[in-house]
Amino acid sequence: MVTRNRTRILIHFALIALALVIAFPVIYALITSTLTFQQAYSYPPRLIPGNQLWNNIVNAWQRVNFGRLFINSTIISVVVAFVKIVLALLAAFAYTHFRFRGRSILFPMTMVTQMLPLPVRILPTYQLMASFHWINSYYALMFPYFASTTGILLFRQFFMTVPRDLSDAARVDGTSPMRYFLQILVPISKTNIAALFVIEFIFMWSQYLWPLIVTNTANMRVVQIGLKMLLAGEQNAPQWNVIMAGTVIAMLPPLVILILFRKSFAEGIAMHSGK
Amino acid sequence: MQEDRFPGHRYLPYILILPSVAIIVIFLVVPFVQSVHQSFFTSTAFGTRTIFVGLRNYMRLFSSPDYHRSIVTTLVFSAFVILIGLSMSLAIAHLLNQRIRGRGFYQIALIWTYALSPAVAGTIWALMFAPATGIVPYIVAKLFGGYVLNWMTNGKLALLIVAAAATWKMLGYNIVFFLAGLQNVPGELLEAARVDGASGWLAFWRITFPMLSPTTTFLLFVNMLYSFFQVFGLIDIMTRGGPGDATNILVYKLYRDGFLYLNSGSASAQSFIIFIVISIAAVIQLRVATRKAVYAR
Repeated sequence: MVTRNRTRILIHFALIALALVIAFPVIYALITSTLTFQQAYSYPPRLIPGNQLWNNIVNAWQRVNFGRLFINSTIISVVVAFVKIVLALLAAFAYTHFRFRGRSILFPMTMVTQMLPLPVRILPTYQLMASFHWINSYYALMFPYFASTTGILLFRQFFMTVPRDLSDAARVDGTSPMRYFLQILVPISKTNIAALFVIEFIFMWSQYLWPLIVTNTANMRVVQIGLKMLLAGEQNAPQWNVIMAGTVIAMLPPLVILILFRKSFAEGIAMHSGK
Repeated sequence: MQEDRFPGHRYLPYILILPSVAIIVIFLVVPFVQSVHQSFFTSTAFGTRTIFVGLRNYMRLFSSPDYHRSIVTTLVFSAFVILIGLSMSLAIAHLLNQRIRGRGFYQIALIWTYALSPAVAGTIWALMFAPATGIVPYIVAKLFGGYVLNWMTNGKLALLIVAAAATWKMLGYNIVFFLAGLQNVPGELLEAARVDGASGWLAFWRITFPMLSPTTTFLLFVNMLYSFFQVFGLIDIMTRGGPGDATNILVYKLYRDGFLYLNSGSASAQSFIIFIVISIAAVIQLRVATRKAVYAR
């Protein structure tokens, strides 16, 4: 019994130590975001927070038009996550509830797209945006992301577990397939929808290469590129305090979403990898 | 095989999948085919004319020392991110998967790096390792008698630091999936092993680890994609492929050749080579996942 307790304390100790080690870079970034320029360059490095956070945020905000970038990132992340969820729900509904000609070809085709990440088709996709006159537009930032293999797989797996009685009852009652979909299937998919929202929001918020290529005006950049802009042109003495203020803002929305939806997220992942 | 739950709706399923299929065809499949096509051409200096060159773009790449170097850099970088990252995450997930108080809290305290973007991770690690002012060079100098951690000129060091940053960022994601996988390992099986006198270590390698193989294979593939492509932002912020070409991984070289040097033929050929590599990995992943999943159930 004594050894049991001792191992338990050791596990707690190890977990706390690990959590702190993993968090250290971000804690250090948070501290730096509260310092003055001189304090950020003090030697030895300063680990006591200062009181300049607000000034640094304002500074970062003004230097790279951060407010606008923040709005851009929020819009594209929310819209892309939403559209991906809707399209994936519809496709998964078709693949699990209907038998139709070509299904055995179309389903694998939607999966093959996992092998076509942006870098293997980057130039023509860019040329396509240019030919649509979509450079520097939300369309270019969003459209190529709308199909979600992860989403189709996730919902398909879940829909297959929905008992047939449910759809049979609906059919006997004379409920149309779309009404069954909207009033029964979608509501019971809540957890999966929330999990997918977390995944897709974070994924979209983190996009870097594509926004870097298809936008070049101060108004159409996104938060991630804002970080690059904050760092640029200061190779000799970067204003780390201001850059870190920008970094803190850049990491906040996805973190908040993950923490808010952590339960559904964990359940969704568990469901997915349980198969 | 899925049954027809709503017979008599002939066109509805097509309408339902149409949006997804349209997006995939317009923005993924067609550009990919065009990319393969472009890899057999070269464009003149001002992009006014394209000339068919057959396999010359590929020949050039395979005989180019720069490209060889980029391949080696990518392999070293990926191997680090995958091996170190996955083993650390598995160990942490295993530790988390004990019956202890406050598990929910520990979970979120260990997985939140998942929400950070590669660019954010890169910015923070650039700060930590900033020569002269960063905390890590300071600690290293204190510990090792004034050793100067100068990764701005030392390529090997730069690659190591960039790989460490990328690994750190991915820990959260890997822990989430390993934890989910571990929770699917039936407790009775481990209990039975314990009753039979198997040590915890033995039970882990003989029971838990084999049963985790679908998760592990999935994570191997995801981490490969991550270390090949998604780290672009991290590299662009921390080193821009440098010093020299020390961190110029394939995706960064592709970006440079395609969008900075406007060499579309070579960039398209690089895209296709990357596609081949991913396809092989994807097929292996799928094979292992479907085979192992059967007896892991």
